[in-house]
Order: sequence, then C-alpha cells, then structure tokens
Amino acid sequence: MVAIEVKNLKKNYGDFTAVNDISFKINKGEIFGFLGPNGAGKTSTINMMIGLSKPTSGEIFIDSIDVNKKLKHAQSIMGIVPDESNLYNEMNGFDNLCFCGALYGMSKKDRETRANHLLEVFKLKEARSKLFKSYSKGMKRKLTIAAALMHSPSILFLDEPTTGIDVESSRQIRDMIISLKDKGTTIFLTTHYIEEAERLCDCVAFISNGKIVALGTVDELMEDVFNDNSIIFETDKNIKTYLNIIQNEFNTNKIKIINENSFVMISNQPILLIEVIKFLNDKKINVLEAKKIRPSLEDVFVKLTNDRQGDMK
Amino acid sequence: MKTWIAFWNIINKDIKNYYLKPPNISWGIIFPLSWTLMQIIKSPDTDIIKLLPGLISMSVLFGTTSMLAVTITFERSGKSFDRLLLAPISLGVLVLSKITGTILFGIFNAFVPVIFASFFINLGLINWGALFFAVIMIAITSSLMGLLVAVSVEQVFEAQTLSNFFRFPMLFLCGLFIPISNLPKFIRPISYFLPLTYGTDILNGAITKMNIISPTLSFIMLFVFTILLFVVCNYQIKKNWIL
Repeated sequence: MVAIEVKNLKKNYGDFTAVNDISFKINKGEIFGFLGPNGAGKTSTINMMIGLSKPTSGEIFIDSIDVNKKLKHAQSIMGIVPDESNLYNEMNGFDNLCFCGALYGMSKKDRETRANHLLEVFKLKEARSKLFKSYSKGMKRKLTIAAALMHSPSILFLDEPTTGIDVESSRQIRDMIISLKDKGTTIFLTTHYIEEAERLCDCVAFISNGKIVALGTVDELMEDVFNDNSIIFETDKNIKTYLNIIQNEFNTNKIKIINENSFVMISNQPILLIEVIKFLNDKKINVLEAKKIRPSLEDVFVKLTNDRQGDMK
Repeated sequence: MKTWIAFWNIINKDIKNYYLKPPNISWGIIFPLSWTLMQIIKSPDTDIIKLLPGLISMSVLFGTTSMLAVTITFERSGKSFDRLLLAPISLGVLVLSKITGTILFGIFNAFVPVIFASFFINLGLINWGALFFAVIMIAITSSLMGLLVAVSVEQVFEAQTLSNFFRFPMLFLCGLFIPISNLPKFIRPISYFLPLTYGTDILNGAITKMNIISPTLSFIMLFVFTILLFVVCNYQIKKNWIL
C-alpha cells in the first residue's frame, strides 16, 4: 500500500529550478530518508508536500488524496515537525500541545488526555508548566515532535529532527521514530546525518541540485554503487615487507596498505577468505582479524554526486 | 473536523498571549489615552463630548492595527505562523480567527475613552446602537488595513512603521480633528476614499448629532470598504503566504 506518491514534481523560483522533475513512492509504515546537502531541494520538496508552497508542476498524493486539490484533507492526516522548533514561547508545554490538538479539532478532554500522555512518553512531564522559551534545545525539539503527534497522524514529516541537540535527546528521538514505525506510522525523514538515515530508514532518496540521484533501500544503493568486495586484514607482522608477495599471489585483486599491520584486498569477485589466510599462514603471518568493509551511505552519496558532476562536465 | 474548535482556540491564544504585548500597550492603549489627556489639558474648556468620536475612532484604529502587526507579523517572524497554515483549516477561517481577536481588542479599546469621559460628562444622550455598530465597522475595516500591512512585511517594527504611513494621514484627513469642509478643496476627495471618514461621521451623529453624511450612506460605504479590503487581503495572502 502506497502512503505517499510524488509524480514529476517541479518547483521554479523565477529562473532557478529548486526541484526538477522528481518522482518517488513511499509505502505505508515505511521510514523514507530524504538526503542531500544544503540547497539541494529538500526543503522545497517537503514544503510542497505539506502545503506550504505550490508546485510549479507535478502531483503529490498523500494516502491517495491529491494535495493540489484537497490540501486541507491531506493536512488532517499529516503530522509535521519543521526544522525549527516553532511552538509558542509565551505558552507552557502543556498548553502548546493542547493548542496544537485544538487546531485539528480535538475536544478539550481528548487533547488534555493526549497531551499528558505525550508529555510522559517524551519525559517532559516535569516541564509541563514551564514556558516553552525556557526549554533547552533538546526539550524544545521533543515537544515539537509531541505537538505533531497530538492528533495521531498516520503520516509524519520530520525535518532534521536531531540537528543541534544533545546525544541523549537524539537517542530518545530515534527510539521514538522506531516505535512510531512499529505502530504503522509512515515517516518522511530529512536529515543531514547519513548514519541516522542508515540506521533508521527502509528506503532512501538522495537529492542533489533538485534531482533525485539515487533511490532505493540502503542495501540496494550500496550494491548499485559499490560492486567491489573489500576485506580488511589485520595481521601480527609488518605487512609492508610482504606487499609484493601478496600482490603476486592474488594478482587479480587490488591490495592497499592501511597501516603497518593491515591491508585491504579489493576484488570484483567474492574473496575466498580461507585461501588468503592459508597463504599468509604459510608465510608465518597470523591473521588477527578479517572484516568485510561495508561502504557507508556517505560513501554512496559522495560517489553519486561526484559521478553526477562528472557526467555534467 | 470541528473547525470552530480551531477558530475559538486561535482567538483565545491571541487574547492570552498578545493583548498585553508592548506594541499593543504603547500604540493601542497608551497613545490614545495620552492624546485624550493632551486634548483636555490643552483646552480645559473643550467640550469633551465633541472630542469623544475622534478619540474612539483613534483608539480603534491604533488598537486594531497594532494588534494585527503583533499577532501576525510576530508569529510569522518566529515561524509559529506556519503551524496555523499547516492546520486543516481553510485560509478564510484562519484569517477570520486572527481578525476576530483584533476586532475584539479594537472594541475594548474604543470604550477606554468612553469610560474616561463618563467621569466628566453625561453620556445619556448618546445613540448607543449606532455607536456600537460604528465601532464594529471601524474595527473591521481597520483590521483589514492592518492585515494588508501585516501580509506585506517581515518584522513587527516594520509593520508599526508602515502602519503609521496611513494611520496618521488618515487621522487628519477623515474629519476627526479638522472638519472636512475646512480642508483644502483638492484634498477633500481623498477624505471620501477613507473608511475612517464614514465611521467617524456615524460616531459624530451618534454622540453629538453633528454628522455631515447620511448614516445609511456611511454604513453602505463601510460595507463596500470591508468587501474591497477583504478581496485585496485574500489576494495578497494567497500570493505572499503560500509561495
């Protein structure tokens, strides 16, 4: 079941194209990571999806509702956490949550019950009567997320949820994201932190210069971009003196020295670990550790954007 | 979706959060009050009842325009206004809830000079029905003018500065302190393009029975101004708020 569908979305600001003909689908209950550097078109895309700006062309469907035609209906099932914690400084935590519930038509009793529950979930119960302006950055972020959850939305937009906050709050927010996914909430997540996307997202899209340069599951993206197998070997000998011997023996593979005791073997075929270990043992070299190197999403992103720049040149 | 819950809670929040913000106190309450005192001290023989229509109009005008500058511009600069734009309520309901809080503030302000005057003069001869209706209409048109300003700027101080560009000329052109007949001939047509002229004239009629325009015509003109301003505001809001 598709929760969000974006078709040929485009946004121009005068002559500048911020978002250039992008399309993607997000399944229900998925966490979808939307990654890209500053100015890549992330905020322009999210603003069109939530109704803060109008697309130049293209279509957006939220739970099969056409956002261009029935925006307010679509907004009623969305929870939105903007990149800035924008609750009301003059109101306390509890009143802020109740006010956000009221915007979605919740009755007084329902919103008070829900606000108390969320304050407890987010460990903000003791700060319920404190003014929002006196909250720390992490507390503000958590309350902003709680505000977006007041009306129990089925689709949640999280724009940079952990940027600039302490480690403990970030961890709590990540745990909360996972528990929301477990309850079936679809999450659209934009983040600068590639490790965060790698840890949380089922599917990831990279946007660069307004275009989606890669789209898929984390594993698919890594396989697509990095076909090579790389294994790092840590030994008990100074490996530099054996480099030529190893290279001659495994001449179809590429050998790279990492430090005195470690080297990397790179091959476009699966590397038979036992053969390498046996060969090194024969040379009186003990292998202390052999580990497959998995590229990070950051490596994928750098490779994709570099390839793209290369194509453009 | 129960829209009225959102509508009422936006008004309630604005009243609780912003009625006592410094720009509202200084421009909306202290300024008209000090003007009243200045007039009384300057001319102790002045008939206070003749000052009353002008002071009421001024209080409503400054109260509503200051309040809107705060409730909209302040929230927009802090991005909390996005929260309202993202709520599942129509733009019309959002604007209506914002200006209703402002209109209530304007009406409250209008009665500050009335209460003041009640200590010095007999207010028994006032046509309260006409006065109340005029106050509401002035509050509505002033709120819409304030809304036009709030839509066009980013910061509260910009809104206050821009508001003064039309508030002060309007005060002197609408017949509040200088009768329109005493204005230079080439300026007089401008007076008839100002909603405050008609609101003040109804107040003059209700308080001193010295109106120069038929009350029916004044009410019609105020309705026309309300519709025109609403259409322009709606266009500007769609243009400036949903990019």
